[in-house]
Amino acid sequence: METILVLTHADDSGASLTKPSLEAVTAGLSLAAQLQAPLTIGIVAVDPATAANTLASTGVRLIAVSGEAFAQPRYATDAAACEALCRAANATMVLVPGSSRFARVAAGVAHRLNGFIDTHITGINAAAENIEVTRWFYRQRIEVVLSRDSRPWFVLLDAGTHAPFIGEAAAAIAEQIAVQPPTIRTTVAGLRAPQQGAQTIRPDARLLFVAGAGWTKKQPDGQTHVPEAGDLILGLLRATSASLGSSKSLVDQGGEGHSVLPFLTHLNQIGQTGATPRHPKGLSTCCHGEEPHVVGWRFIAERRAISLDPNCGWARGKADVVYVADAFQVIAKLNALLEAAKP
Amino acid sequence: MPTPLHLVVCAGIVPDPLQTLEPISTAIAPGLKNEMVLPAVLDPWAASALYEAAALAARNPGSKLWLVSLGPKAKLQQVMMTIAQKVPFELVPIDGPIGGFPDAHSTAQVLAETIAALPGLDRSKLLLFGGWESATRGAGVTLQLVGERLGITDQFQGVDQIELRDDGSFEVLERVEGGKHQASVCAGAPAVLGWATGNLAEPRNNPQVGMANMRTVMPALQKAKPTTLPANGLRFVSVALPKQQRTTRVVKDLTPDEIAAELAAWIGAE
Repeated sequence: METILVLTHADDSGASLTKPSLEAVTAGLSLAAQLQAPLTIGIVAVDPATAANTLASTGVRLIAVSGEAFAQPRYATDAAACEALCRAANATMVLVPGSSRFARVAAGVAHRLNGFIDTHITGINAAAENIEVTRWFYRQRIEVVLSRDSRPWFVLLDAGTHAPFIGEAAAAIAEQIAVQPPTIRTTVAGLRAPQQGAQTIRPDARLLFVAGAGWTKKQPDGQTHVPEAGDLILGLLRATSASLGSSKSLVDQGGEGHSVLPFLTHLNQIGQTGATPRHPKGLSTCCHGEEPHVVGWRFIAERRAISLDPNCGWARGKADVVYVADAFQVIAKLNALLEAAKP
Repeated sequence: MPTPLHLVVCAGIVPDPLQTLEPISTAIAPGLKNEMVLPAVLDPWAASALYEAAALAARNPGSKLWLVSLGPKAKLQQVMMTIAQKVPFELVPIDGPIGGFPDAHSTAQVLAETIAALPGLDRSKLLLFGGWESATRGAGVTLQLVGERLGITDQFQGVDQIELRDDGSFEVLERVEGGKHQASVCAGAPAVLGWATGNLAEPRNNPQVGMANMRTVMPALQKAKPTTLPANGLRFVSVALPKQQRTTRVVKDLTPDEIAAELAAWIGAE
């Protein structure tokens, strides 16, 4: 008989649960229902009252580690908190949200409990008490279903793979788990945006706009038009609230002394050495290669591309529509249309 | 004032990202078709860690840099012919299986035992570097597990920058959600840093560095200890390439105006 623990944590406010945490709750409830197994939800928050109230309608046991020492994302304190919650729940299966905060500590906690961990889980299924999880290997190129006999088994769920839990809030009390804060050698100074000005990475955007290296290459007049390319891309981001991804080759140009789009950083990079974001739609422009079309687009539902190469083998079979056209011209027209359509 | 550091970089080898990968079943675990003949490179994020470590060592005289790498000797030798020309390091090879399918916990155990046994390693000066995820398993847990096994409780993942201060403390920028960095200040070594891309370009090949490295790389490879990696109860139910192939509509005969109109309607549609 499995016993399940879902670990959750509060957001920057210190009270409300993060979206990945609520997604993990959904996964935990589903797994517990499939296995008819007892479920516990663990909360790490400065003050767990709000989070507990949010989870009241789950009707499961709530436990919490709270206090100022656990306010900030930090390995030493988060690992101690999660370890205490796991020991209190004595669970065989531990579901962990795939947030940067818990991804930093989950493996360490599994080790402390003599357990094992699998991460980037995109699906979890229990058939006849045999739990199987799905994940990708080789950067989203090979899909694997795996299982483990060893317990406790920690499963770190990729964000965006489950619907966030929504339940009617009610008064609930989480059982406090006492933790002696460990020696703290790391102080969190806060969050920093990598560049000033426009915010170009929006995980919740409906559209991912991918800019490839073609934007900085010589155009039909024999000249590069990098400033114009930057204006067009930023214009589209403003008009659509899209998130900006870029190919590796475009980001790398900055390090090689070539003309670059000033708002691009490695954080925008998608593909083999970048992110694999989840958005309902994706539009790639001036991209040629496996990076954006195969790896970076794995979790994009509807995909369109603008390319001058009608035979681009990477886009064929990967995109739904490929427009053979000059992206400079198309995006300029598109921006004008979107601006005109604004109320 | 420079702070002498003992920098240990854990870096695996992976198939060149441009290679086509095809999974196959083997007697022990899944593998890749023709895995041993696929061109290999140093894992990209781990390579970032190596270049950052080398830059840190250069700025802090008296520092030492080890590169700990697990893989088949022949493949390690092939990759080292290139990597050894980039930055100076002492190679600590472990002769083991290649690929993403061995269990991360077993890998971490072997790496931790190897690092713990490094002659002359002062753990109070230890900065353990590596990629925050590999391009094979991509689990992002190996370095964390090595750190736990070595008793290091200051760990950072998705690191893009480290700035060492005169008192030995350092500021780290880690990638977090929403395209932001979390800035933290750590009191000093020991610490674990799982690197993302960092800020450094790939160093140019330097034949002199290559010659100096190869004097120690080849003997180290000859002495590399063979190891096996237990599965720890890990079972692969299925391993497959994604089958979904889209029917791509290639549009060649529309004007920019017409394409823009079609895209505007598509973007606006729910």
